[in-house]
Amino acid sequence: MQCEICKIKTATVHLTEIVDGKRKESHLCQACAQQEGIAIKSQLSLNELLSSLIAAHQQADGQEAQMTEQVCPVCGMTMEIFRKNALLGCPKDYDIFAENLQQILEKAHDGNMIHKGKIPPGVSKQALIDEAKKDEAKTEKENNLASLRKRLDEAVAREDYELAAKLRDQLKELQ
Amino acid sequence: MRLNELSSKISQWFDPESPLSDIVISSRIRLARNLAGHKFISRCSNEQKEEILKILKETILSLKELSNIFFFDIPQHSCLERDLLVERQLISRNLATGHGPRGAVIAKNELFAAQINEEDHLRLSVLAGGLNLEKCWQRINDIDDAIGKKVSYAFSPKLGFLTACPTNLGTGIRVSVMLHLPGLKMTDQLKKLFNSAKDMNLTVRGLFGEGTEAVGDFFQLSNQVTLGINEKQIVEDFETVIIPKIVEYERLARDELVVKDPNILDDRVSRALAVLKSAKLISSHEALFLLSNLRMGINMGRIKEISINTINELFMLTQPAHLQINKGENLDAEQRDVLRAETLRAKLN
Repeated sequence: MQCEICKIKTATVHLTEIVDGKRKESHLCQACAQQEGIAIKSQLSLNELLSSLIAAHQQADGQEAQMTEQVCPVCGMTMEIFRKNALLGCPKDYDIFAENLQQILEKAHDGNMIHKGKIPPGVSKQALIDEAKKDEAKTEKENNLASLRKRLDEAVAREDYELAAKLRDQLKELQ
Repeated sequence: MRLNELSSKISQWFDPESPLSDIVISSRIRLARNLAGHKFISRCSNEQKEEILKILKETILSLKELSNIFFFDIPQHSCLERDLLVERQLISRNLATGHGPRGAVIAKNELFAAQINEEDHLRLSVLAGGLNLEKCWQRINDIDDAIGKKVSYAFSPKLGFLTACPTNLGTGIRVSVMLHLPGLKMTDQLKKLFNSAKDMNLTVRGLFGEGTEAVGDFFQLSNQVTLGINEKQIVEDFETVIIPKIVEYERLARDELVVKDPNILDDRVSRALAVLKSAKLISSHEALFLLSNLRMGINMGRIKEISINTINELFMLTQPAHLQINKGENLDAEQRDVLRAETLRAKLN
């Protein structure tokens, strides 16, 4: 296939645009595509997927105003910025935005909320045990919430609204 | 280490002698790590990135666990040289096209690479040919511990290793295996594989091709969940259950092709060879597609006069940056297609 602009070289960039619901295809060679300012995107990044997931979550929650207020004192991160590229600004953000991140973590990690892998040299096992005890009560609650939320999602997906209503009430009670 | 030393030969992990290598091309484990007391990359100034780069570069270069390693200051290299490292799977596209101070420490044997200031401060990877994840895990775990003794990682007892993107949180581990599955493709069973992978929280993506499309039936299977799992467990699951099962399905599919209609199979393989032997212009897309068919034919014993090593080599050397660096000049798409066809004819005739 020939390039639509120079009509000399072979078209190697194939672009499909949807403008006002109408589909438009262009076939260009690399040089003309670059001149037209078409960036050649090679991979769909996981971050992009995640940002759209986050955006969807926020809309569903309808609590946007409440969430954008916090600012991390270390790196200046806000949930607003996070939503754009799904990247946090510093380790502290995991504390500051813990509540906002909870659902994202559940979704990304299949409901797991506690690290079970290796620990770096220099971090004592005792410190971990103490921390775990402190968190135990809270964690159990979090895990219950996570599993309820998951079951609720599933019930809604199955259109089992009776069960969904029950689960929603249980969730409210726990929260 | 000079880059044109790399570009003329095949990567060590592309090794036909390694376990299950007719179907499993390579195994890779990646760990994402960040330094405590520093901001993540997206909020760092160039000065801060420079400081992180200096700390990690010096730490890694000083490790006695690693020998024959070289530092690449990525912004100092041309686009073509960066592309070469991407094509050899030593750095990510992200690191190649990123901004600000960043670099990579790469072992001469290409079985270890550390990317500094990619999405996280540090991304370690260890590679091996065929199915060899246990070995990769032991190696990367030792290197990670050695680095962890010299610098302090951002770590929380509850959430594990803290990463810039929450999808890598916890272990920061990505176990991935590159698979060649032409049999499953030809018997129309890929969809089934993708669905069951999704059920197991695994990601499948096409390799070698651009975007999500898999050109040449190469797929990369990797874990998605990184929090609340144990590294050894996930490595063991991949090595002893998941991958052997997929290999078994692929073999069954290939057997089915031979039994059901060997003419269709042989026709496809012979046509691939004929075009590769005589084309004067060939795109990377077409070359990948045909080399994939030929590779299957050789592995199934339908073609005997060409070694699998030659095919593996051609996969590597016909990639755009490889062609250009080996030729010593920048080429446009059409010039590359001519040179690619020349390279193929020279090796196969």
